[in-house]
This record gives sequence, C-alpha cells and structure tokens, in this order.
Amino acid sequence: MNGARKPGGRGGAFFRRRKSCPFTGDKAPKIDYKDVRLLSRYVSERGKIVPSRISAVSAKKQRELANAIKRARFLALIPYAVR
Amino acid sequence: MTYYENVFIARQDISQPQAEALGEAFAKVVADLGGKVTKREYWGLRNLAFRIKKNRKGHYLLLNIDAPATAVHEMERQMRINEDVIRHLTVRVEELEEGPSAMMRARDQRDERPGRGDRFGGDRFGGDRDRPRRSRDEEGGRRDFGSDEGERGRT
Repeated sequence: MNGARKPGGRGGAFFRRRKSCPFTGDKAPKIDYKDVRLLSRYVSERGKIVPSRISAVSAKKQRELANAIKRARFLALIPYAVR
Repeated sequence: MTYYENVFIARQDISQPQAEALGEAFAKVVADLGGKVTKREYWGLRNLAFRIKKNRKGHYLLLNIDAPATAVHEMERQMRINEDVIRHLTVRVEELEEGPSAMMRARDQRDERPGRGDRFGGDRFGGDRDRPRRSRDEEGGRRDFGSDEGERGRT
C-alpha cells in the first residue's frame, strides 16, 4: 500500500522519498515506556510529541508511542514541558 | 494469573538498601496473596525530569509481577499509604520481559553508542524547528540537571 514515492511529478530539489514507519518491519524497536533514549527521539526540544507526519510513524504505532511517552512522563523520566 | 509491570519511585532521602528493602516488602505483599515477582530491578538514584513532592531525585524500582488482580490492588494500596513512595505506575503487559529492561541496557552501554544520525533521512527533520534532536536533547537535559544541582547547593 505504502508507495515508495509521493504521487505527483514533483521532481528536482523538492523530491522526497516517502519514509516508512520506523516501528514496522523485522528489526523495528519495541515501543517501551522505559526506553527513554528511544522515546526522546520522538519528543521535540520543548518536550512535545512529534507529529507522525514528520516522524513518519504509522498511525497505529503513533498511538502506542504517545501512550509510552505519557507513561514515561508520569514517571518523570522525560519532562512534560521544557522551560 | 496476569502479568503486570510496576515501577515506583522512592523518596531521595532514603538509602539504596532501604529502597531495595521497600521493593522486597512489596514483593512480599504480592507473594502473600498468591502471586510472584519474577524480576526486581533497581535503576538507581535517578534525576527526576521535574519535582515530585519536593524531590529532585528518586530511587526507581521495577517489579515484574505475575499475580491475581487482588494482590496488585493490595500492593498499590500500600504504596499509596507509604510515604517513602512518591509515585508508582502499574501496567498490565502481555508478557513479562526477561533479562534486563531497556533502562538497565541503556546504563550498560552508556559510553559507546553507535551513531544513528541518518536513520530517518535527517533531511526532512532538518527543515523543522521543533524536531527531535536526540544527541542535543540529551546533552541539554544533562546540563539542566547540572544547573539544578548547582542551585540546590546554593540554597
């Protein structure tokens, strides 16, 4: 389903390869609220959850990820807000 | 029986043996009610990302539990009563993780860490202001904690 390229003839400098979900596939990491290093990659500098349209996480995994981040926040492993 | 993971944070003022004794006590509560604790992990005295009940640090403990719900309820009740426990979280899991958890693994290989800079093709991320920058984020975090401690020293 997930096409390798974006539809439309946008070539040249603006061409971007469609990225696939980092949590799908054989060697994908497991989403775990205890894995701070993994989660911090999907949290902005301000402490917000990065939208999936930027991180290319699939909708299903994004829900899982959001849940894990919220758990990690509750345990004060990552901040709710920076500053 | 059901699998649960429980993480709780103990007050910073107690010692490490005291914190581990606390974990033992809760494990006993579970065991007495017909469950068992398959793994107990002490994550050490970690910096909290924000203050909880005036604590800046806390002893983190992880319990992997295979027990009926009643045992877990009782354990949680006692955690709420115990003033040394500043926070606790119990989640039900499909299966209990064997071996060290992500947290312990992270501590083991803190020093040598393979660069994964362009895993996500950094390209698109590069254009965004609010993007996750792992290395910087982490460094920034550490610096923050450092300054926090400095403040505490002064007051």
